[in-house]
Amino acid sequence: MNDDLTTLLSAPVDTGTLDRLHRRLEREADTAGLVDVAYTTVDSPLGALLLAATAKGLVRVAYASEDHDQVLETLGRKLSPRILRAPRRLDDTARELDEYFAKRRTTFDLALDLSLSHGFRQLVQTHLPEIGYGQTRTYRQVAELVGNPKAVRAVGTACATNPLPVVIPCHRVLRADGTVGGYIGGLAAKTALLKLEAAA
Amino acid sequence: MKLPFERVVAQHGATVLRVCRVLLGPHDAEDAWSEAFLAALRAYPDLPETANVQAWLVTIAHRKAIDVLRAAKRGPLPVEEVPDSATGLGTPDAGDPDLWAAVRHLPDKQRQAVAYHYVAGLTHAEIAGILGGTADAARRAAADGIKNLRKSYPGAHAKGAPR
Repeated sequence: MNDDLTTLLSAPVDTGTLDRLHRRLEREADTAGLVDVAYTTVDSPLGALLLAATAKGLVRVAYASEDHDQVLETLGRKLSPRILRAPRRLDDTARELDEYFAKRRTTFDLALDLSLSHGFRQLVQTHLPEIGYGQTRTYRQVAELVGNPKAVRAVGTACATNPLPVVIPCHRVLRADGTVGGYIGGLAAKTALLKLEAAA
Repeated sequence: MKLPFERVVAQHGATVLRVCRVLLGPHDAEDAWSEAFLAALRAYPDLPETANVQAWLVTIAHRKAIDVLRAAKRGPLPVEEVPDSATGLGTPDAGDPDLWAAVRHLPDKQRQAVAYHYVAGLTHAEIAGILGGTADAARRAAADGIKNLRKSYPGAHAKGAPR
């Protein structure tokens, strides 16, 4: 009997109610300035993408292969544990990515937060958008672009640690021998992006 | 390692709502839940990594539920005069209004101890930490609360029968 009563007291909570409460928390936390990192996931031709933004701007785009839970834990450690699934802050990013994948957009017009990168890597990432849609550069050319022609390997590292793939076009940087080179989302993703832009 | 707050909501959101439901009934539970998670988000960076997150959340919900009750008492209608027919309206998971009415008539300490022990699964020592007093007193309050509920809510015996 005791068990019956405690079961009733602990009766399941309707998921619709929890969803509604979550949306209310998103709104109220955002108004109170408590969402240090807002995130959502969106579908793309390259699989699910995690999008995360601080108050400053888009801070992380992550492929499913990077393990989104892991990425969020890292954001919690490096930025703030006040991380909430709050899609509204990512609305513009999601829309522009949709347009990009539909070949209706060639540049991104978004506020970016590069605080996950430092020093030379951040410098390289800041310059990568200068490589236009459908164009490619070699790692050496990018090294020259940022005024440090000897730093070819460091450019490679900067590309490999790009926190904003797709939006910051590290996929447009190739090896000098014409092969594709590494990519955070895997070789197939890099090739698909290059093909998408070439076919536009 | 401290988890992203979203994981805290995902892991404990339902339990905290059940706790608030016992403390306040299905309707006001949502206000207390919202206040509690907003306060928790605010304080989260300062929470020690070794803390029991669920006990911490229940402690916050406890305080917020008291705030909600106080606000209700300042309002035009005392809680006791809420018409029976109003319970559960618009809340699909409100359950049996008679149950929440019976819970509402428990003395505060018993209702709280029942919520924290039988719904949240906290130990009597943890409950004593929230309510003050000893672990033994918390144990008695929880046991008395369940005993009183069994008396005042006959529906517990008819569980599973069509109503």
